[in-house]
Amino acid sequence: MDKRDLVVVGAGPAGMAAAISAFESGVKDILLLERDQYLGGILNQCIHPGFGLHYFKEDLTGPEYADRFMKKIQTLPEIEISLRSFAVNLTKGKVLIYLKPGEMRQVKAKALIMATGCRERTREMVHIPGTRPAGIYSAGLAQKMINLEGLLPGKEIVIVGSGDIGLIMARRFTLEGAKVKAVIEIQKETSGLIRNVVQCLEDFDIPLYFRHKISKLYGKDRVEKVEVTAVDTGSRFELTCDTVLISVGLIPENELIEMAGVKIAGEVNKTSLPGLFVCGNSYKVYDLVDWVTRDSAKAGEAAAEYLRDLK
Amino acid sequence: MGTYDVLIIGGGITGGAIARELSRYQLKIALIEKEEELAFGVSKSNSGIIHPGTQNPPDSLKGRLCVQGNQLTRELAKELGVDFKAVGELIVIFKEEEMAELLRIKKEAEALRVPRLKIVDRAWLDKNEPNLSKKAVAALYAPTAGIISPYRMVYDLSENALKNGVEIFHLRKVIKINVMSSEKTFEVVTSKEAFRSRFVINAAGLFADEISKMVGVDDFVIKPRKGEEFLLDKKREHITNHLLFPLPSPISKGILVIKTSDGNPMIGPTAEDIEDKADLATSDEGLKKVLEGAVKLVPTISDNDIIAYFAGLRPVAGDDFIIRHEDKIPGFINVAGIQSPGLTAAPAIALMVRDLLKKSGLKLNKKLIFHPHRRRTTHLFALPFSRTKKLIQKDPAFGEIICRCEMVSAKEVRDAIGRGATTLDGIKFRTRAQAGRCHGGFCTTRIMKIMAEELKIPLTEITKRGRGSEIIKEERHG
Repeated sequence: MDKRDLVVVGAGPAGMAAAISAFESGVKDILLLERDQYLGGILNQCIHPGFGLHYFKEDLTGPEYADRFMKKIQTLPEIEISLRSFAVNLTKGKVLIYLKPGEMRQVKAKALIMATGCRERTREMVHIPGTRPAGIYSAGLAQKMINLEGLLPGKEIVIVGSGDIGLIMARRFTLEGAKVKAVIEIQKETSGLIRNVVQCLEDFDIPLYFRHKISKLYGKDRVEKVEVTAVDTGSRFELTCDTVLISVGLIPENELIEMAGVKIAGEVNKTSLPGLFVCGNSYKVYDLVDWVTRDSAKAGEAAAEYLRDLK
Repeated sequence: MGTYDVLIIGGGITGGAIARELSRYQLKIALIEKEEELAFGVSKSNSGIIHPGTQNPPDSLKGRLCVQGNQLTRELAKELGVDFKAVGELIVIFKEEEMAELLRIKKEAEALRVPRLKIVDRAWLDKNEPNLSKKAVAALYAPTAGIISPYRMVYDLSENALKNGVEIFHLRKVIKINVMSSEKTFEVVTSKEAFRSRFVINAAGLFADEISKMVGVDDFVIKPRKGEEFLLDKKREHITNHLLFPLPSPISKGILVIKTSDGNPMIGPTAEDIEDKADLATSDEGLKKVLEGAVKLVPTISDNDIIAYFAGLRPVAGDDFIIRHEDKIPGFINVAGIQSPGLTAAPAIALMVRDLLKKSGLKLNKKLIFHPHRRRTTHLFALPFSRTKKLIQKDPAFGEIICRCEMVSAKEVRDAIGRGATTLDGIKFRTRAQAGRCHGGFCTTRIMKIMAEELKIPLTEITKRGRGSEIIKEERHG
């Protein structure tokens, strides 16, 4: 079994900030695990601007924002990066198992920082009645298809939910030549940033229906149309489309700490197990990456302090 | 034109079990399926329960075949390397007055020779099924009930049949059947080509009535009975220890709390007679009905636990199965109306069909070499880490995780393609990739890349479940 002072799981903005700040606070033996083949996490697919306005006082794209941390980490030999490394098990004794192509490794950490991000809520969680054809994607998956893989998932789009990813994808699809028919929001107001409503919908004349929901989804093999219902009046209309994007919120990914029987508890980044910290979107869902960086740096400092106290 | 001794129409659990059974004999056999992959019809939306044989009339064909099938499935699962778990079932009553009905069910089941039935009391339930509603007063315990993956059973049966010489054809929709009585042969014309065969077995599920009509036998109609089911998060795997049933209604076994061999508990199904054989829509009413029924059995179930839902159609042809040689059309065997407990009964149905063929003059000579065994498919999620470690050392691709929720590796996805998966659903059913709580948000593009590579097709041709269900509209370069 390997032994490490600090293991950081996830090398998105949270994990990178935590690892760097732990190093700067005196931790010299850090393993940073990332399941993808590059650092940066979800920022890599966020090619729109608006990142860093607070933290760097500059307007950056997601990859540019990530790049600042990646460059720094790569100059620090004390932070060992392990890519394509997938954490699959965690115990209360801080023993972590991870898989990578060609090997399974077990590592015992003195301190651990979980920066495992969040996942999107799905169509299943909001229960949209109807069929289950191809053409129903989470907004984040569609974003990855277009921005990272060069794949256009659809040409006539209806978006469920007015969270930020949904709004950003409305603009992204429009720029790719697809027709975004509507954004359907069950609440009275958007859960996204106002600047995104203006820049992603209003600037492109995309209608946003508040207090509406998709009451039925049609299509045998591929999505054909949706029925939209006003929740207060019950009035209905249909929209033909080949794609339904789901953008109905994010859930922190905490399966590993749950597996270990640990809970998020107390102040920011803390858990019920001393020496185990959770930061970034796996601690709580943030609206701006700038605040993820700020708070995750605190997790790094807290881990360093915990390690100092151990001695 | 291919000429066969036996042609089986329909690649679901019934057709698959028949094909595998007949592959023991020196016969030229074809299995044809109209969908892109096998098990894409009735079988894919099955509850996966291997029933003990309770809740069937004692003189029914389905009752007899269910009890026999329960035993045969255990042996078959071992031979084919499919996971079967004998978790047992409880038919639960909530009032003392219902005891008479429970005893009637027990008596009927015993007439069918369902083994080891027992009425269990509140104390037993407290000890053995702690999350069951405290309002339950007693239950009928049937320890021989079990669970299995319905689609993996179909794939593994057909894979073994293939190894034993059965020819399998996908995307063959039967258009007409010419009865050539002078030559004692059928000509089955499909959307691709025509097949000739001495014997035809109609195992066409929802469409068995339409196939039967093609040879002039039209004395039954298949009515679809829709069932909506809802899958719960794997975190709730141990919410029950047994399959939980309420008292049955006249048309169904009621809303159940089901353990599945994939770990996720399932609640449902509804039972609604409908007209449209293509109507697989779920509804708000269905969800409401299922939740009410499930919460009655296990009060801690909530809609927040639901991670997936689907609807399936039971092919109903009256109250019982229709399994018979059509004497008016020598050589034509109908296997129709195979609704619940069809999955359980399938291996027994296969034996019955074998006997019908024999009686109708087909010579059954055993092959010198028959391969009963199939190498068990590897699923990382089912293995201890010590095994996983060794597997990764042997093949690095076991260490490349593709599906984060269900822990499925690139190697398993590639193997599934090697064993015949050509669609995303086919990969999901075989490996569980995309079947977890994130619903493919993470793995879809990863799987698509592997499929493009292995199947040597462009990404634009990758489908969810066959032509028309393409995932993307365009691929853009540069």
